Amino acid sequence: MKQFLAFVEKEFYHIFRDKATMLIILLMPIVQVLIFGFAITTDIRDTEVAVCDLSQSMESRELIEKIQAGEYFNVSERLLSPQEADNVFRKGKVKSLIVIPEDFSNRIALNENTAIQIITDGSNPNEANIITGYLQTITAQFAAEQHPAMQPPISFSAETRMLYNPLLKSAFTFVPGVIGLVLMLICTLMTSVSIVREREHGTMEALLVAPSKPLYLIFAKTVPYFVISLFNLAVIILLSIFAFDVPIRGSFMLFIGTSITYIFTSLCLGIFISTVSKTQQIAMIISLMGLMLPTVLLSGLMFPIESMPVVLQGISYLLPARWFIDMGRIIMIKGLGFHYIWIQWAVLTGMAGIFLALSVRGFKVRLD
Amino acid sequence: MASSAVIASHLSKRFGHGAHQITAVDDISLRVEKGEMFGIIGPDGAGKTTLFRLLTSLMLPDEGQVRIEGFNTLKQYKEIRRIIGYMPGRFSLYQDLSVEENLNFFATLFGTHIRANYDFIYPIYRYLEPFKKRKAGNLSGGMKQKLALCCALIHNPKVLFLDEPTTGVDPVSRKEFWEMLGLLQQKDITVVASTPYMSEAMRCHRIGFIQNGKIIGCNTPQNIREAFPWLVLSVRSTEMFRLLQDLRAYPDCRACHSFGAYQHIYLPKGSDPEDLHRYLTRKRHNDIRIKETDATIEDCFMDLMAKKGESDGH
Repeated sequence: MKQFLAFVEKEFYHIFRDKATMLIILLMPIVQVLIFGFAITTDIRDTEVAVCDLSQSMESRELIEKIQAGEYFNVSERLLSPQEADNVFRKGKVKSLIVIPEDFSNRIALNENTAIQIITDGSNPNEANIITGYLQTITAQFAAEQHPAMQPPISFSAETRMLYNPLLKSAFTFVPGVIGLVLMLICTLMTSVSIVREREHGTMEALLVAPSKPLYLIFAKTVPYFVISLFNLAVIILLSIFAFDVPIRGSFMLFIGTSITYIFTSLCLGIFISTVSKTQQIAMIISLMGLMLPTVLLSGLMFPIESMPVVLQGISYLLPARWFIDMGRIIMIKGLGFHYIWIQWAVLTGMAGIFLALSVRGFKVRLD
Repeated sequence: MASSAVIASHLSKRFGHGAHQITAVDDISLRVEKGEMFGIIGPDGAGKTTLFRLLTSLMLPDEGQVRIEGFNTLKQYKEIRRIIGYMPGRFSLYQDLSVEENLNFFATLFGTHIRANYDFIYPIYRYLEPFKKRKAGNLSGGMKQKLALCCALIHNPKVLFLDEPTTGVDPVSRKEFWEMLGLLQQKDITVVASTPYMSEAMRCHRIGFIQNGKIIGCNTPQNIREAFPWLVLSVRSTEMFRLLQDLRAYPDCRACHSFGAYQHIYLPKGSDPEDLHRYLTRKRHNDIRIKETDATIEDCFMDLMAKKGESDGH
């Protein structure tokens, strides 16, 4: 035990004395949350739309005003006929066209069903979906206001309701993703590099020739990164609650618990990478190219897993981040309990066990 | 025999495959007695570091076996690592930890404490104590070596392996370092050290010459020098470079090497220095000085290397 503590103490010295790395580790989560929150946002803000008001009635003007009123849309063009739509879309500024039919106000007055047409530029499908969703929400509100007590007079072929995140705020989905990404970087990358570094600097030679237990050495490497990860986790959670109004609807303790499981799995993965890589560069490349890139692209952080080709879906099953992000969304956004995440949790724990077993078996007590 | 501290028998270690395969250690056998100071001497790339790694259980030989204090490096490496101290050729302590932190860390690693062995390491540590708060990376070369020696000694080992402990260290520190090793002798620690400096080899009880992975000679420095089969003459004149060429052209010359301000020429025993003097006068050298000297370790090593080269050639 004393030996273990000596190892841990040494690791803390290494980290705290490397000021540059320390700064990166502590600032990275903040920068990433801000980048994901503000730059890579899929939120709608001041999106330009065109309106073709054939009804020219009080009700139609009211609807247009309502669309214009929020921070989401800016009605920049008014068309006289829907035929002009092509022209407008080709210019590319306007993302969506709302066509209000001639009989709009008459039908509302007669309490009959009516329909407006929403034409959206589909060249960016993700964005198009969100724009359509926002417009539908606004028109549905408008309809409800017209006849509060009655069946909404304006009906749509499909009735959409966005559960948990009615405004489709992207902050809701990226926060668990960013936590997954940052923790993976710190735990996996830093741990793997720090073990390989001992081998590269020749200090492993001095350690091996002493009667040190490989398990102590390995575990001691993970302790400081575990502590730093917890700190970063707290920073990200605070930042997302206060800067992006992301709610934690489920149990806070459950979320912390799953995060710790994820940290542990990432650490074990880091150790495993260190046992298979000969140099720091190789460890870094495996961690960055082999893990970070797939984590960003395939874990469901940015693109939905369901719409990926089957092969990529298969790969996503191998990424610890995928399981964590899944759990994070279930707990934070949906507010559900352990009953709904136990499979993901079990998969993560199982991964940790496998990585750990492979690393302990692969640890070399001699030099190559 | 269990009484020997180190027994290596027929060790071989190869690296690489096929055409690129090199034999770093080639059928080396050696025996170091308890309390002995054994020096391993050889040029860079001779296989010294690989030999040390084989002896310290850090590598396994392709053939042969090693016993340290009776323990086999293959199966009993855990026991071995408890009783040996090893100072690798490359500085292998933590540069970002202070002198004291490094010592503490290695002490804990061996389940001991600085205080428990303070008297033992004091002769070396007293040089370091004024700098104990300094980071190891900021120490001078000599200080680094002293710290590494302290760390290797912290658990009071029975056998100490030092791989080129004085390479890159100034002459004064080198002398100090070997004086410290002399102190260890009095505490019955077996020392196996390698060095490229012939002068240091004289301090060892026995030395082994290693070249191309083979031990080409192994004896006490005294015996090696006495067994030198040639007459050694130190020669100097005003033109040292031309002198070397002329000496090498001398019919009886076995070999000739530069040794500081002199050229050492090896002649068959019983040769007359006066003949050489006349030869050099004919070659118009001025201020010729010739004197008979005892063979140095370096002379012996040069001769052994040359002999080895000849026998390999045939």
